[in-house]
Amino acid sequence: MNLLQPPPSKKRLGVFKFASCDGCQLSLLSCEDELLEVAGKIEIAHFLEASSEIKPGPYDIALVEGSITTPSDIERIRHIRQQSKTLVTIGACATSGGIQALRNWGDHEEFISCVYTNPAYIESLATSTAIANHVSVDFELRGCPIDRYQLLEVLTALIADRQPRTPQHSVCMECKRRGTVCLSITRALPCLGPVTQAGCGAICPAYDRACYGCFGPAAQANCPALSQHYLATGTPATKLVHALRNMNAGAEIFQIESDRLERGSPER
Amino acid sequence: MTKTLTITVNALTRVEGEGALHVQVNGDTIESVRLAIYEPPRFFEAFLRGRKIEEVPDITARICGICPVAYQMTSVHAIENALGIRISLGVRQLRRLLYCAEWIESHVLHIFMLNAPDFFDCHSGIELAEHFPDQVNMGLRMKKIGNGLLELLGGRAIHPVNVRIGGFYRLPTRDELARQLPDLRWALDAAVKSAHWIAGFDFPEFNIECELVAMKHASEYPMNEGEIASTRFPSIPVDRYEEYFGELQVQHSTALQSVRRDSQTPYFLGPLARLELNHGNLTPQAKKLFQDICPPLPLRNRFHSIIARIIEVVHAFEEAIAIIESYSPPSEPFTEYKSHASRGCAATEAPRGMIYHHYEIDDRGSVVSSKIVPPTSQNQLQIEADLREYLPRFLQESDETIASECEKLIRNYDPCISCSTHFLTLRLERT
Repeated sequence: MNLLQPPPSKKRLGVFKFASCDGCQLSLLSCEDELLEVAGKIEIAHFLEASSEIKPGPYDIALVEGSITTPSDIERIRHIRQQSKTLVTIGACATSGGIQALRNWGDHEEFISCVYTNPAYIESLATSTAIANHVSVDFELRGCPIDRYQLLEVLTALIADRQPRTPQHSVCMECKRRGTVCLSITRALPCLGPVTQAGCGAICPAYDRACYGCFGPAAQANCPALSQHYLATGTPATKLVHALRNMNAGAEIFQIESDRLERGSPER
Repeated sequence: MTKTLTITVNALTRVEGEGALHVQVNGDTIESVRLAIYEPPRFFEAFLRGRKIEEVPDITARICGICPVAYQMTSVHAIENALGIRISLGVRQLRRLLYCAEWIESHVLHIFMLNAPDFFDCHSGIELAEHFPDQVNMGLRMKKIGNGLLELLGGRAIHPVNVRIGGFYRLPTRDELARQLPDLRWALDAAVKSAHWIAGFDFPEFNIECELVAMKHASEYPMNEGEIASTRFPSIPVDRYEEYFGELQVQHSTALQSVRRDSQTPYFLGPLARLELNHGNLTPQAKKLFQDICPPLPLRNRFHSIIARIIEVVHAFEEAIAIIESYSPPSEPFTEYKSHASRGCAATEAPRGMIYHHYEIDDRGSVVSSKIVPPTSQNQLQIEADLREYLPRFLQESDETIASECEKLIRNYDPCISCSTHFLTLRLERT
């Protein structure tokens, strides 16, 4: 060890939450084998779910979970962005608005009065939007929930000052690698695997059910071609609309396709 | 001279979701205690309308990343009750196994990462590990084993994919389950050892009378089924829940607060309530622990929740082992059904207490309306009432101490604020 060199200081991590279920933050606490090791390599400066010790910014790495659903959220994410060198969104809520983005197709006032007797007490926006709609994002980690091995890859990459490596291809590749029989071909199930980004390990087809798209659209996903195939093989359009309008309903490609199917408009 | 003091202290930490507390003090008198839940609502009950019943368990799982199984199980049971679907005995056992795995994962996380650090004035489980590396590592390994069981049965630990109405998409094989046994047996021993360690903590005395409510089953520790039992009132069937328990909306909280309809009083859910009302149905080692380390009944010290939680972890490991040892796969992974216009409800025991769902379904198998009552919103009013009793002990202390002691008390309820909330801060006003 070179005694003349000061020891490299640890990178400071902040974990922040907006509208979400907490599942993606929990993925970090679910890294049982690696948790104490990772914790030793970084300084956890702000992680409310894990530690009551809260240190002010700036942060080298900010992990942001959840979507923007109130006016104060917009202010808060801007502040976090200013405080953070690298901002990484984790999960479907932060990258595409999450399941709560289903309100984007509804009547917001009516939604409030459906749940609350006194709507006047409730402050929320008519939309649920991704973090990238409000501030610049350095890296997006997909999934509902995220995969903890991908999270570890992101953290170790950022600790080492390199770009994280996560796949951009579709779930189909993972299915093939796993040796799972294709449910779309053999059982005509409307599987979203061909248009969904890999990362989960193709769990659903391995559990005998079609992929429901919880990692959001893959790069170059061709949704109209897939819809055309399923419509031709007898899947009702409403079923495809529902399939696309789930945890990643707000992802642009899924949004455009679900709207197109709902309008019944011909393929572009 | 009257002085008004408004202090903003840190956000509520080491709980699931983010929360705040507002306290108003006038001299020695506590004027108000408000557990404020500001999370912008996510409107699950609104957007479930029109969705097919088959989609419901995937959507309700997203209410909470910590206890998705509780939401999935309660919704599938409610819909099965509506449609009169009878699940096979084998599926019923696997659902209990799934529930055991969730209790293990959630309870162990809470015990070692969130709650135990309070007893040693540590900021986090990671800091606790510096003082008690063996115990915390043992905890992390137990959690991993619980997660492993969830992953096998559910496909993944957070938002499992394998739960469906009528049963599962795919059944585990006998071999897949049997491979978990050595780990589960190690974990059972580790949980018993941890229980003795936890029983030796220094517990604050905080016993105040309240109504404990939990499900109760004739022959088993309650998870998915039973009647709703109480320490003050006779048991009721689950389908009368809404007659006895109601919800109120208050200005300071986006989560609705629950009360008993007749008396307008709060009630208390969770592991202490389950243990008091169901200790007779614990598995053998858990029962022995209950006799050896559990404080005498009635269980009213909120700080003893961690003891109840570890006894339930022991129970869950023992029951999981027993289910796997006697497992033979049912003939079908799920029961076929036909949908028709109907209504149905169910309650189950989430790790942090009873959860209630009600669904109305139309003749095409779509949801017409739903009602979802998470455990934390039911406990909210009790938490406020308890803080009001607890605060006078600390009023002479610094604001920082008061905040920290309030947080410690609140952690005992294992509040899962994300089920309804997020961004809150603690504010103390003295006048």
